[in-house]
Amino acid sequence: MDKKFLNSNKLPFCAGCGHHLIAQNTEKALEKLNIDPLDVILVSDIGCHGIIDKFANSHTVHGLHGRSVALAAGISLGLKNKNKKVIVFIGDGGATIGMQHILEASRLDIDLTILIHNNMLYGMTGGQASGLTPKGFVTTTTPDKSKTRNYDICQIALAAKASFVARVVVKPDFSNIIADAIKNDGFSLVEAIELCPSYAVKMNKGMKISEILKEIGEEEFVKKNENYRWEFYTNSTENLFDKVKILEKKYEHKLEKTFCIQLSGSAGEGVQTAGEAFCYASILSGLSVNHRGSYPVTVGVGFSTTEIIISPEQDCTYNVNSPDIIIITSLDGLNVNIEKLKSFKGILYLDNSLETPQTEAKIIRYDFRKFGAKNSAVFSLFYILKEKEIYPIDALIDGLELANLKDKVDLEKFKQDLNI
Amino acid sequence: MENGKKIFVNGSFLIVESIARAGADTFVGYPITPSNYLYLYSSKRLPLTFHAPDEITTLQWMSGLSAAGRLPITATSFPGFALMVESINMAFMMELPMVIILAQRLGPSTGTATCGASGDLLLVRGMISGGYPVPTFAISDFKDCWEIPEIAINTAVNLRTPVIILTSKEITMTNRSFEISSLKEIKKVERKFYSSDETYIPYKPEKNLVPEFLPLSSNKHQIRINASTHDQKGILQHSTKEALENSARLYKKIVSNIKDFTLYEYDEDGNENLLISFDVSSVVCKEAMKDLRNEKKKVSLLVAKTLVPVPDVYYEIISKYKKIFVVEENLNGQLCEMLFGNNIPDNVIKINSIGKMISIDKIKEEVRKNG
Ligand code: SF4
Repeated sequence: MDKKFLNSNKLPFCAGCGHHLIAQNTEKALEKLNIDPLDVILVSDIGCHGIIDKFANSHTVHGLHGRSVALAAGISLGLKNKNKKVIVFIGDGGATIGMQHILEASRLDIDLTILIHNNMLYGMTGGQASGLTPKGFVTTTTPDKSKTRNYDICQIALAAKASFVARVVVKPDFSNIIADAIKNDGFSLVEAIELCPSYAVKMNKGMKISEILKEIGEEEFVKKNENYRWEFYTNSTENLFDKVKILEKKYEHKLEKTFCIQLSGSAGEGVQTAGEAFCYASILSGLSVNHRGSYPVTVGVGFSTTEIIISPEQDCTYNVNSPDIIIITSLDGLNVNIEKLKSFKGILYLDNSLETPQTEAKIIRYDFRKFGAKNSAVFSLFYILKEKEIYPIDALIDGLELANLKDKVDLEKFKQDLNI
Repeated sequence: MENGKKIFVNGSFLIVESIARAGADTFVGYPITPSNYLYLYSSKRLPLTFHAPDEITTLQWMSGLSAAGRLPITATSFPGFALMVESINMAFMMELPMVIILAQRLGPSTGTATCGASGDLLLVRGMISGGYPVPTFAISDFKDCWEIPEIAINTAVNLRTPVIILTSKEITMTNRSFEISSLKEIKKVERKFYSSDETYIPYKPEKNLVPEFLPLSSNKHQIRINASTHDQKGILQHSTKEALENSARLYKKIVSNIKDFTLYEYDEDGNENLLISFDVSSVVCKEAMKDLRNEKKKVSLLVAKTLVPVPDVYYEIISKYKKIFVVEENLNGQLCEMLFGNNIPDNVIKINSIGKMISIDKIKEEVRKNG
């Protein structure tokens, strides 16, 4: 294999295009650093700069417009051989659409080098303005000169904590800057400014890059910051089963067929954890269980519904037509069930504070909130278990323990109130 | 069995443990309901976790990780998946193995995050420009949570392709008691990398039309990976014969190997009524079928687990029946449209719902009325 980075002197760009110099200076930089082409992964994307692949002796990855920095970041994170150099060729259009990826790679100081071919417009698609087009620049979409200012991509990368940032006007030899960027053990960005002869030079007659930079208050510079070291987030567990509770049958149940309890209350009143405790208790009693929660997107506001299906069969059903009983402990819980209750034919357990809804159900009322809102959901399940005698109360007490609820509820008061 | 050891976990838990055993080694995540438990468990269980700033980055990082020889997965829901689509096209064209778990929720748009649905099938079927199929599986119950990830990982590696697993809120966020001893052994996928001394041609079709894979860390061979139309060497081409053949191979590669990843469940009784379903509606179908059989109705069930591409065997099964009921939790029957197009035959009846699981009674009513 040829030891040179480029396999041809004839690159596929228009005559006078600065892209030639960027590719050639990259080659020079790699030679200076004595880096073998097969230790380089060149990631490019869409734009004139991206047709370089074919002319490189390195590994080449040709991705989506503006996404090359993220793709290269993935490669860099995934490589086990850290001697490999990941280099990204991207245009000013790609840097605009993919700016988030530049920020993220800067923030994490991911080990790669990006060369922004900034000719201040989209060359491949016909000379349109990009986010890096400066004010006063003529492009095909800003024929009367651009009225808007450009992003200072270098300052953006620096603000995001990139460890090496340089701005350079493309010239015959700027390979030292590229070499320093590649040497940096972290994220390096080189903004190489050039003019596209096919569009910019024709439309901005006589304009010089130095004048543009002066006008917009930018200049060439090289800045090296401290490298940021972070450790990959690695797992703490070899087997998830080690982390869960193993449940073995301890109590006897009296359930003959599948039974479904729906409990609706307010978010923040422990509805889901109460349901969980009841599920544990049911499993300890030899039943199979399906437990589904339902709540609005915002945790902590509005209704909270827990649906528990328990079954003496080995594999509990996932779904029933209608619950056998519905317990409602708060107004939020009532409001969310108004429609459903109209045709509900089972038993409705309703907190004393609530108005009677329109329903075909038999209604049983109780003061489920008497020990406070936080106790209401759990207490209602104790009430049901006492009445239905599905399995011993002790199972539910064990369930509370498994759901880490035992110390948080007034168990003694429940027992007293329900004569347990 | 009755007195065996049980655990009480959600479907996400089983999916993650299984996929880790099958060889997935990296999770790239961006949080979104109802896929958050998959993220949570993965960050405890997979060897590496990366926290992406958005879903475009997620898929790009995964592609880079995959090209470097890792086996990445992610989990998302429609809004995140939509952002991934262009990059999934890229990974498909580059032929990079990975698995994307799509936990469906009620749409359109952001819809309702905490409400289940099976509404993303046609999106997944149509997401590749040019109509190419990305192998797609659907999880119908907890057994599938354990068994499908292994097949998905194997398909991704063996066919060098992204693979989609469809599931929904009703699986990822529902907890069930589960007998540990009922779980089958999961084997770690075997990865074979190109090992010859001869020049490596990254997109040269080998066995089953799949090119051999070599991670980007090689010191011996030049590797070219390309998302644009390219020849066997991975060099961008406008539309040369070789390049177009390479693109067409991507289609043939998936379709001609479908036997290796065809998964379905078929419970046969007579040739009168067939229920067809996927995702969590299948478990409701099973309940309805039990009741209907008790009423002496002849009812069979086909649970489609491989959804893209559609395996021919589904049509063989369908052709035996007088009445077909396609049961799915979406507005207008996406599986039905995939199977029968827009002009559905007279003997096909759609059973749908949105915003809640389809009820057992609704299925029974339709079969009693039409069957
Ligand atoms: S169009 Fe402009 S940017 Fe593209 S190759 Fe020609 S000169 Fe260079």
